[in-house]
Amino acid sequence: MSLLDYFKTSKTSSASLAKERLQILVAHERVSNNQPMYLPQLQKELLDVIQKYVHVDKDAISVKFEQDGNQETLELNIMLPDDTTKRF
Amino acid sequence: MARIIVVTSGKGGVGKTTTSAAIAMGLAKKGHKTAVIDFDVGLRNLDLIMGCERRVVYDFINVINGEASLNQALIKDKNCNLLYILAASQTRDKDALSQEGVGKVLDDLSKDFKYIICDSPAGIERGAHLAMYFADDAFVVTNPEVSSVRDSDRMLGILSSKSRRAEQNKEPIKEYLLLTRYSPERVKLGEMLSVEDVQEILSLHLLGVVPESKSVLNASNSGIPVILDEKSDAGQAYADIVARYLGENKPHRFIDDKKGFFGKLFGGK
Ligand SMILES: Nc1ncnc2c1ncn2[C@@H]1O[C@H](COP(=O)(O)OP(=O)(O)OP(=O)(O)O)[C@@H](O)[C@H]1O
Ligand SMILES: [Mg+2]
Repeated sequence: MSLLDYFKTSKTSSASLAKERLQILVAHERVSNNQPMYLPQLQKELLDVIQKYVHVDKDAISVKFEQDGNQETLELNIMLPDDTTKRF
Repeated sequence: MARIIVVTSGKGGVGKTTTSAAIAMGLAKKGHKTAVIDFDVGLRNLDLIMGCERRVVYDFINVINGEASLNQALIKDKNCNLLYILAASQTRDKDALSQEGVGKVLDDLSKDFKYIICDSPAGIERGAHLAMYFADDAFVVTNPEVSSVRDSDRMLGILSSKSRRAEQNKEPIKEYLLLTRYSPERVKLGEMLSVEDVQEILSLHLLGVVPESKSVLNASNSGIPVILDEKSDAGQAYADIVARYLGENKPHRFIDDKKGFFGKLFGGK
């Protein structure tokens, strides 16, 4: 890296950091804004059902909605506790 | 039939009212009969920027409620006889706007006007929603700053899903990017997002860049849209924007830092 590059990169840091953060955030929000309206409710009800059988935390369950062309998939992920005594 | 343009942003204070006043004046000056409507119910400001605050008798809500006719409420601009202003109500709240009422006013105006500019309030509540609902074109006013860009992206999502055109499966609203309060010097120093950065994130057609300029405050102090300050950089930027919107081919200006070291030493603005 030349001395010139050094000045260049150190100088561009704050705007390029802003750009990087925005790219990640915007991509994420575009996905979540396209999600079906029922998703949060579905997630809550699934959690209620699962908790009838297994003690899991609220964060132990994730519902992901993905859209790829005209194919939509719903991915459900449940982390069971390691501690088997916590199971019924 | 009029073409309805919404000036929107999500974030507050980015320059929507400044832009609405400027482009409405610009379109009227080009010979098109234009109306500009303030949708910021409760916080009206367009009348001040247009310099007609003392001539407001009836407002948008009065017309919606049938308390005044459109002709009574429309204020003819003092600088251009093809330009009319419809002020927002200062006393009532946002709920006074109904979708049906707004639709009716826009329909009536459409018969007589070529362009209708809707100055949206900030946020994504009722006023902002109704300002964009009937639009054909959207001018998305964005500052080169993270929260403004994020809010603009959010607004784009709403424009494409919650408008009349979207609900009726018509051709979508045409969206344009207006990047305002731009400082080429700061972009050059890496302190500010560049036009390219913002365009890359929002992937929008760039209608123009309006530089950060003292002339905007001067214009609002005197109640004259900045586009009439033909010597000013911001005035020229808005004139270019209007020309481009009307299909003229104008190269972009005010993007590069023209003032070099000597320019900075020996004056300039
Ligand atoms: N290009 C510019 N250069 C300098 N100052 C500007 C520029 N554009 C707007 N401003 C200033 O920014 C402030 C906000 O502008 P304006 O009222 O047009 O924004 P707005 O988006 O309509 O705000 P609100 O969301 O409150 O309706 C004003 O003080 C205005 O003078
Ligand atoms: Mg405003």
